[in-house]
Amino acid sequence: MELSQVVQTIREKFPEAITEERPAAIVIKKEALLAVAQFLKSGELAFDNLHCVTGVDWKDKMEVVYHLYSFKNRFMLTLKVFLSLEDLSVESLCGLWKSANWLERETYDFFGIKFLNHPDPRRILNPDEWTDWPLRKNFDRPDFVRLPQSEGLKGGG
Amino acid sequence: MNNEVVKQNNPDPAAGLPSEELIVNMGPQHPSTHGVLYLELRLNGEIVVDCRPHIGYLHRSCEKIAENRTYIQFIPFTDRLDYLASMNNNLGYVLAVEKLLNLQVNDRVSYVRTIIAELNRIASHLVSLGTFAQDLGAYATPMFYCFRDRETIIQLFDELCGGRLTFNYMRIGGVQSELPPHADKYIKDFIKYERKKLKEYNELLTYNAIFLARTKKIGILKPEVAINYSVTGPNLRASGVKWDIRKDEPYMLYNRFKFDVPVGKQGDSWDRFKVKLDEIGESLKIVEQAIGGLPPGNAVAKINKVFKAPPSETYLRTENPRGELGFYLVSDGGLKPYRNKIRSPSFCNLAVLPELIHGLNVSDAVCVLGSIDIVMGEIDR
Amino acid sequence: MNPIVLEMAVKGTSVLGFISVSAMFLIWWERKVSAHIQNRMGPTTVGWHGALQSIADSIKLLLKENIVPSGVDKLVWWLAPFFVVVPSVAAFVAIPFGENLIVRDLNVGVLYISSVTAVCVLGIFMAGWGSNNKYSLLGGMRSAAQIISYEVPLLLSITLVVMEAGTLSMQEIVAAQHNGWFIFKPHLALACIVYLISSTAEVNRVPFDIPEAESELGAGYHTEYTGMKFAMFFVAEYTNLVIVSAVAATIFFGGWSGPWLPPVVWFLLKTYGLVFLSMWVRWTLPRVRMDQMMSFAWKFLTPLSLVNILVSGWFMVAR
Repeated sequence: MELSQVVQTIREKFPEAITEERPAAIVIKKEALLAVAQFLKSGELAFDNLHCVTGVDWKDKMEVVYHLYSFKNRFMLTLKVFLSLEDLSVESLCGLWKSANWLERETYDFFGIKFLNHPDPRRILNPDEWTDWPLRKNFDRPDFVRLPQSEGLKGGG
Repeated sequence: MNNEVVKQNNPDPAAGLPSEELIVNMGPQHPSTHGVLYLELRLNGEIVVDCRPHIGYLHRSCEKIAENRTYIQFIPFTDRLDYLASMNNNLGYVLAVEKLLNLQVNDRVSYVRTIIAELNRIASHLVSLGTFAQDLGAYATPMFYCFRDRETIIQLFDELCGGRLTFNYMRIGGVQSELPPHADKYIKDFIKYERKKLKEYNELLTYNAIFLARTKKIGILKPEVAINYSVTGPNLRASGVKWDIRKDEPYMLYNRFKFDVPVGKQGDSWDRFKVKLDEIGESLKIVEQAIGGLPPGNAVAKINKVFKAPPSETYLRTENPRGELGFYLVSDGGLKPYRNKIRSPSFCNLAVLPELIHGLNVSDAVCVLGSIDIVMGEIDR
Repeated sequence: MNPIVLEMAVKGTSVLGFISVSAMFLIWWERKVSAHIQNRMGPTTVGWHGALQSIADSIKLLLKENIVPSGVDKLVWWLAPFFVVVPSVAAFVAIPFGENLIVRDLNVGVLYISSVTAVCVLGIFMAGWGSNNKYSLLGGMRSAAQIISYEVPLLLSITLVVMEAGTLSMQEIVAAQHNGWFIFKPHLALACIVYLISSTAEVNRVPFDIPEAESELGAGYHTEYTGMKFAMFFVAEYTNLVIVSAVAATIFFGGWSGPWLPPVVWFLLKTYGLVFLSMWVRWTLPRVRMDQMMSFAWKFLTPLSLVNILVSGWFMVAR
């Protein structure tokens, strides 16, 4: 299976969804994510495995990268969604792939990207009390971290 | 820990007596959580009603560190991900960087890497089998046997690169040093020895009546659930999905070697154990073929210490002992990666745990956790 | 001095002395046995092949701080170690080391030993209950269920011996084996196997070490004990092991009787031989699960013993 085939199949169903085609990835509209994901999972494309979710901070915008895999077609699809800094939220895919649960929590934990309708929207690796997003490019590495006993835990100190 | 009342007066209809749920905090310090995993268990008697894993106690933010290091400087950090399979982590990372740079390596490099990675896979599986038996209450004996065999491999690695746990051996474009001159005989002897020992493990554990009673039909992971949770590696194969990237999407020169992909039938704890045991045998086959057909040439890396990667991105996954390790590298054309995402197999494998141990009792929860075989180093990264 | 008091003092001291020496020896020996099973050396530094290691360990335990965790049920928590140790000491009263080497040859010796050792479970449960620790609580509850369940097949297999010997006195059971040890009779051999399995469960050893299952419960009921209190649990564990092995040696393997060697040597050889068997099992097998163990006791061992009693009883009457 080729990427162009996947693109074509998506275009037939959702003519507006894909905003950009890249050599190894496709970028889709944020609003269309859930519908496209649903289609990718259930249709003949059969992307039954959400392999990896992550974010990339491009300073002026945020990117969420999904790696989907189809065991039937032996094809790995890189799906991207761009988020503006004003509205860092995107639909959660937990309803489709259970693996999204922890992977999205991790992305939230490091980038502060909110996943709407996520069943368990907590931080996962960093302390719950933390208010910083360590993998953002504007994150200042803290020289020290105050203990939770002191007033409010804040990493930026 | 206080025996605080969790749910007051939840009458047990059978006895007519009030009963309470018990919250047990298993970990972060506990003999069988394989590191600093903290499981919050809600128990009804000894039956697990709910389980919430809490992770992050070992978090070092490797991904942020990667953004501040050059590509070469990050190799030692990959050692610390899955510290039982450092070579495989090294390999996964250097392959991803080579793919990003579009760098070709000669056959000898691939062969040496294959030998080393497969030996490390054996060592890693041995640890996981031994600790699994330990979790089932076989006081240390299987573990010591496994560590004895692992020691043979570690000795070779020690001579190879001076490390016994964190090797930093793979380099971008090659490896750190050539195999020592006696490696050929050493490895062949080890293969002969280990094949004998695998039979011993079968006698000691695999077909032991108590072992079977403890592991059969415990923690059954159905294939569709495994795929949905993105469970990979031996755990996926134990569920009956014949899927191994070395076979199905070969990287390096794995397509040159003949080996089988062992699969389980039911996806229970015993299958997960057996698949790992069988994989040791398959890895021995690969090592045997690779050491037999080692092409001449130079395996030591010859590449600039400082280089820039073209602005692009790549995602490469390799078959690690615990599953598929993925590196998502984004380059903006600089000396350092713009983003380095590590998709660690144990992270996704652990996420399925609450589903598996629901309704089992505490002993079985420990058994399932041991059979899933996690390493906290790569979960917390 | 009153001769009875003197006699009691001498006998009491020798029993206590034997228990402590035996426990220390067994701890060292178990470490050596396990080490050699696992391709290790075990203790080597203190004394000949580490023989004095146990003494060093007991000094360390004696000198340790006694930590009382917060929130314990003080009385229960303090009394528990005594409830564990005292019964195992008391059981030695009726164990015959030789023809005259017995504290008191009770005419209900077997019954006495099994009832006294059963008190042990109370101490373990108290330790689990009083510790204010969930792992201890689980361990204590498991232990109570386990020991009470395995008491049944244990006593049933002893019953068979009593039927064969026609007496409850330990010395007379030894005498009854003058013409051949009971282990060589098929129905008693079966009873012996049942006894050995149940006694392993009684003393909480692998594969039935569920109350202290390390990989699940930390250390089970004695998680919160330190220093000498912990040592008392430890001593009691090994003393109980000696008791069940000594009883097995007495009722199935002819007790102190044997050619050439002095009786006490025979007795110790047989007892420690059985202890070695238990160690061998311990360092080889994994642990069974709670429910599996319970169903093994109630659904297999107990019916088996009952059938055994019925059939052999029928044969005895018909004879």
